[in-house]
Amino acid sequence: MSDDNLIKIRDLSFSRGSRIIFNNISLDIPKGKVVAIMGPSGTGKTTLLKLIGGQLTPSSGYVEFEGENVHQLGRKDLYRIRKKMGMLFQSGALFTDMNVYDNVAFPIRENTSLPEAIIRPLVLMKLQAVGLRGARNLMPSELSGGMARRVAMARAVSLDPDLMMYDEPFTGQDPISMGVLVQLIRLLNDALNLTSVVVSHDVPEVMSIADYAYIISGGKVLAHGDIEQIRESNDQRVKQFMEGLPDGPVPFHYPADDYKDDLLAKG
Amino acid sequence: MMNYIQNKLRSVGAQTLDGLASVGRATEVVIKASFILPRIGGFSLLVKQLFSIGVLSLLIISVAGFFIGMVLGLQGYTTLVKFGAENSLGPLVALSLVRELGPVVSALLFAGRAGSALTAEIGLMKATEQLSSMEMMAVDPLRRVVAPRMWAGIISMPLLAAIFSAVGILGGHLVGVDWLGVDAGSYWAVMQDKVDFQADIMNGVWKSVVFGMVISWIAVFRGYDCIPNSEGISAATTKTVVHSSLAVLGLDFVLTAIMFGE
Repeated sequence: MSDDNLIKIRDLSFSRGSRIIFNNISLDIPKGKVVAIMGPSGTGKTTLLKLIGGQLTPSSGYVEFEGENVHQLGRKDLYRIRKKMGMLFQSGALFTDMNVYDNVAFPIRENTSLPEAIIRPLVLMKLQAVGLRGARNLMPSELSGGMARRVAMARAVSLDPDLMMYDEPFTGQDPISMGVLVQLIRLLNDALNLTSVVVSHDVPEVMSIADYAYIISGGKVLAHGDIEQIRESNDQRVKQFMEGLPDGPVPFHYPADDYKDDLLAKG
Repeated sequence: MMNYIQNKLRSVGAQTLDGLASVGRATEVVIKASFILPRIGGFSLLVKQLFSIGVLSLLIISVAGFFIGMVLGLQGYTTLVKFGAENSLGPLVALSLVRELGPVVSALLFAGRAGSALTAEIGLMKATEQLSSMEMMAVDPLRRVVAPRMWAGIISMPLLAAIFSAVGILGGHLVGVDWLGVDAGSYWAVMQDKVDFQADIMNGVWKSVVFGMVISWIAVFRGYDCIPNSEGISAATTKTVVHSSLAVLGLDFVLTAIMFGE
C-alpha cells in the first residue's frame, strides 16, 4: 500500500562530476518504522539523506515526501516540509557559540513566534528525553562526543518532525554511548510516533533496532527486506558486508597490475 | 605538441569558466544576503556582529592610526620647516588622513583583522555542517549567518576609518605641536580652514563605505563558498586577505580619480 510510505524514491540517479553515485535506485520508507540504510563507506548514504532533504538535486528520478515531490517545491514549500524532517548530522553540527539549551531552542525560536515561557518547557522535555536536562547550561565544547550527539538529537526533534534521519549516528562512540544512542533512536521513534531512517555501517547495532533494511552498494540497491530476510540472504555481496569478511565480491586489493611483474619491473 | 597546446587551451578555458561561475555565485550570495528582510531578532544578531567585527577591531585601528599620524607629523614637519611652512602641518596631516590613509589603511587592517575572521568562521561553520543543519531546520543560513555579518562589515568600516583619521590627527598633534613646537592654534585653525567637509571628509567617508562593502562581500562569499576542509578554509582565508587588499588599493585609485581627478 503506497499510502503507508512516508517517503517514496523512484528511479533516482545522481552523479558528482563523472562519478555516478546512484544509478536508478528506488526505495520506500514505510511510516512509523525504523529503516536502516547500510552500505560500505563512500556509497553515498549521506548523499541519499541530502537528496531526501532537498539539499541536493537528482539528475533524474524523484523523491516524494508525504506525496509531495521534494525537488519541485519552491523555497517556501521546501522549508515548510523541512520543518517535518529532523536530521542528525554525523558531527552533531551543534552551534558552537550557543549553549545546549539555546541549541535545542534554536529551531523553535527561528520557526515559531512562541513566547519564551512556552519554549522553556518544550526544550526541557526534549532534553529530558535524551537524559541531558541537567547539562542545559554547558557549551558544546564541554560535551563528550556521545552527549553532543544526544543534544543534536534533542534539537532535531524539537519541532516534532514526522521523519528523523540519522547520518552515521554510531561512528566513533564508546560502547556505553553507542548503547544509549541505539536505545534512544528506537525509543524516540516509538514515543514520538516518528519514522526513522538510519544510515550506518555499524551492522549489529543498526540491525538490533531496525524494522526494515536496505543495503546499497555501487549505486544500486543490493538487497532489501525485513531484518530476517537480510540476515538469511544468500547473496555473496550481502553476506560479505553483513559478516564483515575482508575478501569477497568486494576485493581486498585495489585493481593493480600483476604482482610479480610489478615487483620485477624496472622503476 | 598539438596535444600539449590543446590541453593548455582547455585548462585556460576551464579556469575562465570557473572564474565566471564564481563571480556568478558571489553575486547570488550578495543579492540574496542583502535583500532578505530581517526577521524579529535580526537586529540583535546585527548588534552582536557589530561588536565582534567593529568594536573588537577598534584597538588595532586606533593604535595604527596613532602611529601613522605621528609619522605624518614628523615627516611633514621636517619637510615643511625647510620652507618655514610648519604652520601648514595641521592640514597636511588631516588631508593625508581623511582623503587617503584613513580609508585605505584602515580598510587593509580591517581585511586582515575582521575579513579573515569572517571567512574562517563561516568556512568552519560549513565544514562542521552547521550551515547544512540550519538549512535542514528550515532556517536560511544566508539570512541567519551571512547577512548580519555582511551588514556589520558595511556599517563598521566607515566608522573605523573615521576613528582612524581622528586618532591620527591627535598623533600628528602630539609629535608636531607637543614635541616639535608647532603652534597649537595654527595646527587647528589652518586645518579647519583648509579641510573642506564635502570635498575632503565626505569623499573619504564614501571611499570607506565602498571598501567596507567590497571587503565584507569578499569575506562572506569566500567563507560560504569554501571547500569544507582545513586546506579549503586556509585557502579561502588567504584569498580573502589578498583579494580584498588588492581590491581596496585598485578601487582607491579609481575612486580618487573620480573624486579628485578634475
